[in-house]
Amino acid sequence: MGLEELVPDGILTTTVEKMVNWARRSSLWPATFGLACCAIEMMATSASRYDLARFGAEVFRASPRQADLMIVAGRVSKKMAPVLKRIYDQMPEPKWVISMGACASCGGIFNNYAIVQGVDTVVPVDVYVPGCPPRPEALIYGIMKLQEKIDRQSLKRPDPLPSSEPPPVRGPAA
Amino acid sequence: MSVATSPEFKTITLNMGPQHPSTHGVLRLVIELDGETVISLKPVIGYLHTGMEKSMESKNYHKSITITDRMDYLSPLGNNMAYVGAVEKIMNLTLPERAQVIRVILLELTRISSHLVWLGTHAIDLGAMSVFLYCFREREKLLDVNDLVAGSRLTPSYFRVGGFFQDVPDTFVPHVRKFLEEFPTALREYQDLLTKNRIWMKRTIGVGLLSSEQAIDLCLTGPSLRGSGVRYDVRKARPYCGYETYDFEVPIGANGDVYDRYRCRIEEMKQSLSIVRQGLDRLKPGPVRADNPYLFPADRTDVKLNMEELIYHFKIMSEGYSAPPGDAYFSIESPKGELGFYVVSDGSPIPHRTRVRPPSLINLQALEGMCVGRMVSDVVAAIGSIDIVLGEVDR
Repeated sequence: MGLEELVPDGILTTTVEKMVNWARRSSLWPATFGLACCAIEMMATSASRYDLARFGAEVFRASPRQADLMIVAGRVSKKMAPVLKRIYDQMPEPKWVISMGACASCGGIFNNYAIVQGVDTVVPVDVYVPGCPPRPEALIYGIMKLQEKIDRQSLKRPDPLPSSEPPPVRGPAA
Repeated sequence: MSVATSPEFKTITLNMGPQHPSTHGVLRLVIELDGETVISLKPVIGYLHTGMEKSMESKNYHKSITITDRMDYLSPLGNNMAYVGAVEKIMNLTLPERAQVIRVILLELTRISSHLVWLGTHAIDLGAMSVFLYCFREREKLLDVNDLVAGSRLTPSYFRVGGFFQDVPDTFVPHVRKFLEEFPTALREYQDLLTKNRIWMKRTIGVGLLSSEQAIDLCLTGPSLRGSGVRYDVRKARPYCGYETYDFEVPIGANGDVYDRYRCRIEEMKQSLSIVRQGLDRLKPGPVRADNPYLFPADRTDVKLNMEELIYHFKIMSEGYSAPPGDAYFSIESPKGELGFYVVSDGSPIPHRTRVRPPSLINLQALEGMCVGRMVSDVVAAIGSIDIVLGEVDR
């Protein structure tokens, strides 16, 4: 029961682009970037019941240099934002960002002096997952959406890079 | 993590965190090392500062409950309880029997689910991966209980000032009873994996020592204090929700090392199971709201039929309820220790000031004493054993 039974004997043809994208989408290595409540749901997603390994994204790496997906799980404070940017910069290309939860996406219920109102003011975000916190099913759906996005990527024309620098983080520099 | 050598090239400064898998969130530790021995250790906090206390000053009593959920996100209902308890103390409310019992059941289930995350992450930090998977298998069942009563897994916001918005569903009792049957087997499984495990014992026994005097001097509470042999539990010292009527033990350790704190928490889970069982046995049908018409919106049928009720419905939905002028401090035994809320009311629907006594922040002080003179790998064991949640440390 495997791929061998589904394809006939002989040669299988595809494009390099499709194969590269297939390889990239099927083994996303997330960086452990748990910040707050959403991190617990992220852990639950990778644990027994929801088993993120089915989608090839269970290898949480502590070092950003080994990761290609950053799941920003939780509220990002003004003090944390420079750290987040630095960790993102340390990740090798190609890299993707999922903004998990209301706080990371837009500040959530914390519209105050301490919280960055959306992580997209610091790093470019590929997929936003709503919820406070999102259920594991929602995070898995977000990862599937990201996989669809990776499938559409072109090797010749890479996604246009985010225009110049993202806007600076407001508030006192940490 | 960055390593920088100091000018005299004798000690090195190790920056652990804020993005580090075993600091349980975004704690940053600045550790001075001589070889591999810790000379000094300074926690740097504030990477998850959320301004919760300030936010509560601009929200009415009802809306603040939502914020408390996100403080210690491993025991959301414990935070709810401490907060609504303080407001209920100002308003001088008495709760019906059923509401009290449901609260106790849910608080103890929350304690178990919080301890399960602690056990799983603590074990994973010390190299036992499978324990994490087993703990989360059991924890999912407890999150299902939250889902059942409030419709949300992690942040239920189920407790209200004056009881509950609605009663638990009929499937609640069978669901919890099923969990009570299954959980002792799982607990034995965890102990089989760890308690007599040679690696686990070597990593934890004699590590992170804290004497009972030191623990009391540092105002520690919860299992971090009880592991050092001090029998202090808010549920016994200042009972709330009728805890004085339940029969349970307060487990304590002897040596005050990481292993003792581990044993304490495992025993606590067993005691919590017994409390839940007692609670289910005394659960009788009845009201779950305090007898105060100003706390909850009117019945839906009345709102549709009577003008007065409709006006009142709009008033409570837009303005909320107000508490009489005064202040109150209310504390509970959260899974981390004594969690207290101090609420000052000026008579309006918005609290004048809310202040939290977070057990995690105060327990974090003990970390330096536990680690100085030990190896750097013992720091990881010590952090896991004080069980901090950064959401609560920084707020």
